[in-house]
Amino acid sequence: MTTTRTPAPPRRRPRPVSSGRLTSASGLGLGVGVLWLSLIVLLPIASIVVVAFQSGFGEFWDSITHPGALAAIRLSVGAALLVTVINAVMGTLVAWVLVRDSFWGKRIVEVIIDIPFALPTIVAGLVLISLYGPQSPFGINLVGTRTGIFVALLFVTLPFVVRSVQPVLIEMERDVEEAAASLGASGFTIFRRIVLPTLAPAILAGSALAFARALGEFGSVILISANLAGKTEVSSAYILKLIEQNDTTGAAAVATILLLVAVIVLVLLDSLQRLAARRD
Amino acid sequence: MSIAVTGINKRFGDFVALSDVDLEVPTGRLTALLGPSGGGKSTLLRIIAGLEFPDTGTVEIEGVHATWLPPQKRSVGFVFQHYAAFKHLSVYRNVAFGLEIRKKPKAEIRKRVMELLELVHLEQFADRLPSQLSGGQRQRMALARALAVQPEVLLLDEPFGALDAQVRKELRDWLRNLHDEMHVTTIFVTHDQEEALEVSDEIVVINGGKIEQTGSPDDLYDKPANDFVMKFLGPVTTLDGRLVRPHDIEVLRAAESDAVGATVTKLTRVGFEVRAELRTAGGRSGEVSEPWVQLTRSQAEALALEPGREVWLRTSSAPQTLAVS
Repeated sequence: MTTTRTPAPPRRRPRPVSSGRLTSASGLGLGVGVLWLSLIVLLPIASIVVVAFQSGFGEFWDSITHPGALAAIRLSVGAALLVTVINAVMGTLVAWVLVRDSFWGKRIVEVIIDIPFALPTIVAGLVLISLYGPQSPFGINLVGTRTGIFVALLFVTLPFVVRSVQPVLIEMERDVEEAAASLGASGFTIFRRIVLPTLAPAILAGSALAFARALGEFGSVILISANLAGKTEVSSAYILKLIEQNDTTGAAAVATILLLVAVIVLVLLDSLQRLAARRD
Repeated sequence: MSIAVTGINKRFGDFVALSDVDLEVPTGRLTALLGPSGGGKSTLLRIIAGLEFPDTGTVEIEGVHATWLPPQKRSVGFVFQHYAAFKHLSVYRNVAFGLEIRKKPKAEIRKRVMELLELVHLEQFADRLPSQLSGGQRQRMALARALAVQPEVLLLDEPFGALDAQVRKELRDWLRNLHDEMHVTTIFVTHDQEEALEVSDEIVVINGGKIEQTGSPDDLYDKPANDFVMKFLGPVTTLDGRLVRPHDIEVLRAAESDAVGATVTKLTRVGFEVRAELRTAGGRSGEVSEPWVQLTRSQAEALALEPGREVWLRTSSAPQTLAVS
């Protein structure tokens, strides 16, 4: 008796590897990868959640509903969302200018874009406070204001969208836009109906990174915000304060909420990105 | 005249893409712009489409002065070598794009798009994304998309250049049939002389930014204006100091007054044809030349050709030859 195998129904996106078995080499690779991910990422995250609940759910609930905690979380999440939206637009614009226009000093701008990546965040904080602090050369004092926090977050998250959109723009074929133009589409219509859908996955990917960074930002914000409790105290600063007060459980509880928000936003942006990238 | 181009000059930096080009394309014809790459043919097509603007000169489309009109206002359909598909839109939406922009009623769009998809044999692929189509299907979709807005002129830039030989051949025949049905004034750019000869009503040979010759395929093949056109449109060889097509050389077993003695040096069979390479003893011009001759297999057998055999060569009746310049 020979058994005939019926071919599997075609999947939307067939993968090159159809067999369910792993070779020993790829099995080893998978094992090492999972172990590494567990040690570096999953274990610390799990331990935070464990610490947060070690004194029971009541304690956890009290920690996160404390007015100071709520204010800090609201500030961090709100600021991160706003900054992400602004930099999604501005980052796309900067990427567009860098790819499509040629101007004097373009190479220098290319390097400058990455400075927020390279600069230690506390140095960024120092730069901002000397620019927008009490000794501001422009007479603009943002210390202890939420505007100061926005400016700091805008600074550190700018490169994310620029750097994720840029390669897609470079790869984008100009003839697609020309085709739309010869079919009668105006510049705006071409951008909205042809260019933007193509860039959307990259914009979303960059936005996800920018949001994650802004949500947990500490160094660049800490100086200019002046950590006024209930007003300009971001979550990371609030967590540090709790740890200094030996309230490890409270710190872990707030951290868990940040973790949850980050996961929700990342999953949301990732599914949007998948939706936008359906064409591939 | 459907398209009249006069005195076009175009440079890209130091590179002269087009130099003083005049061209008239009659309405309803299928015209090929033929030439080597970098010769300026694509630039000329893009200037007609408004995707490029000339440094000097004018473009008229159906009597409208169009030199500075943007592509949106030219009533020109353009098909690109690499399809330029809207990757995030279905085949249906790709074809419907121009109509949607013109805010046509939904029902009218649906009717027109389905008609066009039928015309290009893609009706069963309406809901697919371009990435799920083969190259030939994508190019047919691009053609339907360009035709959807009923352009007065259809321009194709190396439309079959990215396809493999088999599909190329099919699409070529299909384009010819389509044109015979639709009669929309069409210009297509190609560097493939066979494609131009087979498909077009009229060929414009462009080289080095200048038009070398314009005429029907037969005219150009039989009466090339210069040796560039002669060489570009088909195989050539030299016999007795003249350029001649290898199939226009007659091989004789016995001497004739107007024939030149030659020795066969090599025979190569390529499918149905036999290529004989020969060396002449020095003809009237006294020059030794090494022509090659294209023969059918039966001709070669009848002549019992083999390397070393002595034969006589002359150009067959009414051949096209040019003095070697």
